[in-house]
Amino acid sequence: MSDDLSLKEIQKEWHGTMKAYVIGFVVSILLTAASFFLVITRVLSGRALVFTIIGLALVQAIVQLLFFLHVGQEAKPRWETVVFYFMVMVLLIIAIGSLWIMIDLNAHD
Amino acid sequence: MKPLIVHHTPDPYADTHSPDTHQDTFSKTVLGFWMYLMTDCILFAALFTTYAVLHNNTFGGPSSRELFSLSTSFTETMILLFSSVTCGLGMLSALRNDKNRVVAWFSVAFLLGASFVAIELNEFTHLVHEGNSWRRSAFLSSFFTLVGTHGLHVSIGLLWMFVMMIQVYLLGVTAITFRRLAVFSMFWHFLDLVWIFIFTFVYLMGVI
Repeated sequence: MSDDLSLKEIQKEWHGTMKAYVIGFVVSILLTAASFFLVITRVLSGRALVFTIIGLALVQAIVQLLFFLHVGQEAKPRWETVVFYFMVMVLLIIAIGSLWIMIDLNAHD
Repeated sequence: MKPLIVHHTPDPYADTHSPDTHQDTFSKTVLGFWMYLMTDCILFAALFTTYAVLHNNTFGGPSSRELFSLSTSFTETMILLFSSVTCGLGMLSALRNDKNRVVAWFSVAFLLGASFVAIELNEFTHLVHEGNSWRRSAFLSSFFTLVGTHGLHVSIGLLWMFVMMIQVYLLGVTAITFRRLAVFSMFWHFLDLVWIFIFTFVYLMGVI
């Protein structure tokens, strides 16, 4: 197997399609507009509003990961997907761990 | 003394059925760059967490509610999203080896990205002029660090995009320029992804 592929072979490995970009784009606009208007109009308030816009941001992140960054669409073995899940794990440990410690310290004064 | 003999026996359970796709330069580059993006995610996670811890520590200064404009940040969000998609359309033109379209779409993405940076710089200079720089409070320090790091990424991305437009214009779509374009487009989509969380956690939640 040669190390350097021709342009045609490389282009076959690329996953972007018009359909994927259009879907990702439209859904992203709708989700951004939804959270913007929820905050402006205050249909919800307090915790319900906060959790709703965080949820909308997470959904939009997943949509962009799937339709713009093509996560999970590579051929086996899926190293990129493995690295991605590892990153999510480290991210959650850093974020939740730090917040837990800092909020706890704040409560003790 | 006996000579040392190493017996090499092939692994009988080795999975030779499906070829490893990460053996060619293109896949290796994409995987390597993806790993960089994932470490960058962790950098941003640390900055987001810092902001989450410090965002109420205003030290008697103004809070996020008094400082942030939702319409400005909404405009920035839309501009960056359009830039991300036009970059993707440029990649689709690269798939069809259409050199001029690639340069055209990337020019649009570049102008949108540049206006995003301009709006952000304008917001920053306003804050600094009114005495609300990063020195004002822990809240503003963490705000400038988080949003400024993202802005720095976008600015470096603009420089990269400019170089890529010149390369594609001079060399056309080749195996090498396509690889570089592909990696750049991943970087650009990633920055839009990070901005969604800045828009939600900093700007939207800052005015609730």
